[in-house]
Amino acid sequence: MKPELTATPRLAPGVRLNEKSQQPRTLLMPERALRLNGPSLEIVQLCDGKHTVQQIAEKLHALYSKAEPQRITDDLLGYLALLRDQRAIDF
Amino acid sequence: MTTLSTPLALIAELTHRCPLHCVYCSNPMELTKRDSELPTQTWIRLFQEAAQAGVLQVDFTGGEPLARPDIVELIRAARAAGLYASLITSGLPLDEAKLAALVEAGLDHFQLSFQGATELTAREISNTTSHPQKLRVLQWLKKHRIGVTLNFVIHRQNIHELEEMLALVEEHKPGCVEFASVQYYGWALANREALLPTRRQLEFCVATLKEAEERLKGKTRVIFVVPDYYAKYPKQCVGGWGRKLMLVSPDGAVLPCHAAGVIPGLRFNNVKEKSLREIWETSPAFCKFRGEDWMQEPCKSCDRRHVDFGGCRCQAFLLAGDAAATDPVCSLAPTRAKIDAILAVINQPKPAILDEQPTYIFRPNPS
Repeated sequence: MKPELTATPRLAPGVRLNEKSQQPRTLLMPERALRLNGPSLEIVQLCDGKHTVQQIAEKLHALYSKAEPQRITDDLLGYLALLRDQRAIDF
Repeated sequence: MTTLSTPLALIAELTHRCPLHCVYCSNPMELTKRDSELPTQTWIRLFQEAAQAGVLQVDFTGGEPLARPDIVELIRAARAAGLYASLITSGLPLDEAKLAALVEAGLDHFQLSFQGATELTAREISNTTSHPQKLRVLQWLKKHRIGVTLNFVIHRQNIHELEEMLALVEEHKPGCVEFASVQYYGWALANREALLPTRRQLEFCVATLKEAEERLKGKTRVIFVVPDYYAKYPKQCVGGWGRKLMLVSPDGAVLPCHAAGVIPGLRFNNVKEKSLREIWETSPAFCKFRGEDWMQEPCKSCDRRHVDFGGCRCQAFLLAGDAAATDPVCSLAPTRAKIDAILAVINQPKPAILDEQPTYIFRPNPS
């Protein structure tokens, strides 16, 4: 199931980014850790319970203006669904 | 030449003291006494050293980590060092105020163990009354926004409660549930005849948990640790010897895994003498089975050696009598017949041992 554009994703309980001073940036979760870079880091940083999926998509469109916007949105929805199924975010 | 990886997780075995006496406890048969436990300041130094060496997560475990009066201070120190802090606990001894203090100190993740879905079974396995307290802890946890995992250790004597375990999960909606089949080391090995599940039970587990995984998708992550005696290939034990994690025992000895103490002749360094990084890089115990040079056939030329690293060294020693042998659970192992013989007894058409009340060897509480 795809996330709604009006949903506001946030990190699930027990999930957080490591400190800015720690490299590489990593999403820390129960029993696991996920290395983040480029767009995945930008997306996770916007999963703060305030930004809607639509707003995150718009920020990515601006950051990656050479790519086709619809393609970016589709990729974003896919990635958010993956993070939700991994219990890294909820809506 | 093996490229040295970074340790990712530190298992902090704070104490071997525990109010429970579980028949499958993963602690060594020889339990560390209270007066040999590391002091608070040494643990705090270790967390800083661990973070500097690249460790991301620390698992506070035991025994029962809550038996340490300094547990809140230790969690605070781990967080201050930049580590992700998990508490692996039975939920005893704990009250609402202590839980709030743990969360306030920065606890990221609370893993609550269950011995069954009912008080009757839980008491049979742990020789303690603990189940009602666990249900209370589940209620208290709802007030806090931290990661919660329920860990059900499953075996022949409680698999029939699997549906009730899942009902608890659906009621309390933890982020994660782990159904961990007993692994046969230490106390569990001593009680293996009573704990090893039958093939029918295993099939029931696989089917039930597959269905549960689908049903709970997006709500609770379902993890099933299969009983490796029934597997075709061995497990990638602790992510590979000396590849991902290090365990510090209550007295400061640093081990590559929980059970490594059973392997004769291994020399463990102690954190009182050396830094964690130095131990990771040079400890004879860590170097012994790192990489592939130690491997024998059939592992040595097997394509799967990069996948499972030959399986578990402790199991190889315990069951094949040689820590460098292929893990006997592997279908390619020359000693696989030993495992099959054990399974044959458990899976007899009507095994008499299933009808009898098992006589357990309970894990004691060290002084």
